[in-house]
Amino acid sequence: MAEIAVELVAVERRLWSGKASFVVAETTEGQIGLLPGHEPMLGQLVEGGIVRVTTVDGDVMSAAVHGGFLSVTGDGVSVLAESADLADEIDVAAARAALTDEDATERARAAGRLRAAGQSA
Amino acid sequence: MAAQLRELRRRIRATKSIGKITKAMELIATSRIGKAQARVQASRPYATEITKVLSALAGAASNLDHPLLVEREQPRRAAVLVVTSDKGQCGGYNANVLRATEELLSLLREQGKEPVLYVIGGKGLNYYTFRKRALVESWTGFSDQPHYVNAATAGETLVESFLHGADDAVDASGQPVAGEDGVLGVDELHVVYTEFRSMLTQTPVAKRIAPLEVEYADEEAEEAPAGLLPTYEFEPSPDALLDALLPKYINTRIFAALLESAASELAARRTAMKAASDNANELVGNLTREANQARQAQITQEISEIVGGANALAATGSDD
Repeated sequence: MAEIAVELVAVERRLWSGKASFVVAETTEGQIGLLPGHEPMLGQLVEGGIVRVTTVDGDVMSAAVHGGFLSVTGDGVSVLAESADLADEIDVAAARAALTDEDATERARAAGRLRAAGQSA
Repeated sequence: MAAQLRELRRRIRATKSIGKITKAMELIATSRIGKAQARVQASRPYATEITKVLSALAGAASNLDHPLLVEREQPRRAAVLVVTSDKGQCGGYNANVLRATEELLSLLREQGKEPVLYVIGGKGLNYYTFRKRALVESWTGFSDQPHYVNAATAGETLVESFLHGADDAVDASGQPVAGEDGVLGVDELHVVYTEFRSMLTQTPVAKRIAPLEVEYADEEAEEAPAGLLPTYEFEPSPDALLDALLPKYINTRIFAALLESAASELAARRTAMKAASDNANELVGNLTREANQARQAQITQEISEIVGGANALAATGSDD
């Protein structure tokens, strides 16, 4: 099966890197699905968006990505984020509490975290 | 004699306890350097990726006349971001950064640009406020463990000021005046920080971060004929992407500077505290020797007094 190399990189650390068969991301223009052999592209991800990666083993890994960019080249996919949380690292209770935050970006981030963790926002 | 001995013992005790404190600070710094270096390492993947994206974008975007990329014709004001530490006890670390800053400032003045100061770290803040020098803004409280948020706050302020500077004009007397937006901005951004070369060497460096010179990801990509470059698809348009990406790139550069400075600060503190502990140990050794001498002298004197006294008594007794 064809595969793509995926790098999920936040400013302070590398979150995940590995081989995947399918990547879904949300750019400012809309949702985009990337299969191996996708044409090169650069995109800006929405605030509080989520990225879902289907690994070659068939596992689905999701992450909430804030202030991010997506770059697809011949070598693979890189997701750059100012900050990002993997689904299993997300504190659902804290995210739910942040939903009522005064700051609009904070609210968007919290919603993104909840969706990545598989909860409804 | 006894008084001198007591004084020496008191000094030994004091020196020992100072030595303990400096030793503890040395150990703390040593353990933190490892973490600071790991954070520098951890931030590298993002820096390389964003550089790659930016070079791809620069190669593909038709026009590179984004304000952050274009040199101003007549730069009048230059912002200088100085990265110092919050705490002292780190040898010449802050003095070196501040000296490098002064050099940069006089260089800028020679070029006819008016420097505008932004400071990170309590020591730099104290230095400039004590000398009553004008500061535009300062941020403190994170010098040994900087987070991206800190870099982003400083970066946003600087980029905003830089963009405000785009329409500034010069009045008849040669003084810069605010343009249409009514805010006096800057035409250049510089950052002065300390580069971590090794555990023993840290060098202050001054760098210009705007207008940006994009560091290309690798030489080969640059040399490759244009026809071979992959044609990218952009979501949204290349210009909108550059708009969003460039400020982030500047933040990344500032963040990298903060991390390097943090590692340097800890390394400088370790060296300074090691020297202090060594000096304390040496001082304790010398003082102990002096104290022993004083004790010996005291005993010798006491013995000769007793012997002298006994002899005198014996002499008076034999006279009878």
